[in-house]
Amino acid sequence: MRWFWIDRYTEFESGRAATAVKNVSLAEEHLHDHFPGAPLMPNSLVIEGLAQTGGLLVAEHGAYQERVVLAKVAKARFHFSAVPGDTLVYHTTIDDIHKDGAVVSGTSRVGDRLQGEVQLFFAHLNEATAGKWLYDPASLLAMLKLLGVYDVGRDAAGRPLEIPTTLAANAEG
Amino acid sequence: MAATKEEVFSKVQGALVDALGVDDEEVTPEARLVGDLGAESIDFLDIVFRLEKAFDIKIPRGELFPEDILTNAQYVENGRVTADGLKQLESRMPFADLSAFRDNPLVQDFGNLLTVKDMCRYVETKVGAG
Repeated sequence: MRWFWIDRYTEFESGRAATAVKNVSLAEEHLHDHFPGAPLMPNSLVIEGLAQTGGLLVAEHGAYQERVVLAKVAKARFHFSAVPGDTLVYHTTIDDIHKDGAVVSGTSRVGDRLQGEVQLFFAHLNEATAGKWLYDPASLLAMLKLLGVYDVGRDAAGRPLEIPTTLAANAEG
Repeated sequence: MAATKEEVFSKVQGALVDALGVDDEEVTPEARLVGDLGAESIDFLDIVFRLEKAFDIKIPRGELFPEDILTNAQYVENGRVTADGLKQLESRMPFADLSAFRDNPLVQDFGNLLTVKDMCRYVETKVGAG
């Protein structure tokens, strides 16, 4: 898993909301071409970062047993483009969660300026893939730790978030 | 409390505007979800979520879009829904107008059947609208 479009979580409230930061840097090669002489963070990648922020929140709610995929960007509105040196703060909230999927709202901010607003729709892949992990469990757990989920995470009762037993067991195995 | 038909239409319209990114004026009772409003398969799950929330109802999978019939070899022959299959569809979808589909029941055309009016009728049966 190298497709990281968030740097780390700063808040992660199980089943409810999560906040992550993304630092935009001129060291990111894609900014050299987008655009030459005028680097702008592509808003498509802001959506991806918001989807990562909210997608892991949805997956955590189901103890990573559902295969959660971004199915639809129901709404996306941007007010300006982020540039190198900006820190994007992505805040996502679960609006609705069902057996088949979830609706997540998100905002992207630079300081106190609203940069973007999205509504994302995640689907749970169907029974045909049941029992299969979308990611290798050990890599998934390493990614969650790297992103600080277990540093800042809280469960529904406000206690420190714990690694689901199935994930812990499969990551070891 | 039962909703009026106007309230049902207005909420269905709101759900479709949000789910499909169309304008209010486009969501007429006769508009077809796929043909006129551009709904794609994933939109149907989104629409179901929005209707459940807007009306505080539960929509069991397969009730609004009985896809299981169309994927069942018992009810489909050479890409067409059989007479038995049509009976099943009629009993499962009393809210939909299947008269045109009955004349040429191609499975591939089924997705383009549902209109906004059908969807309102379906919701009315769930909320007891009068």
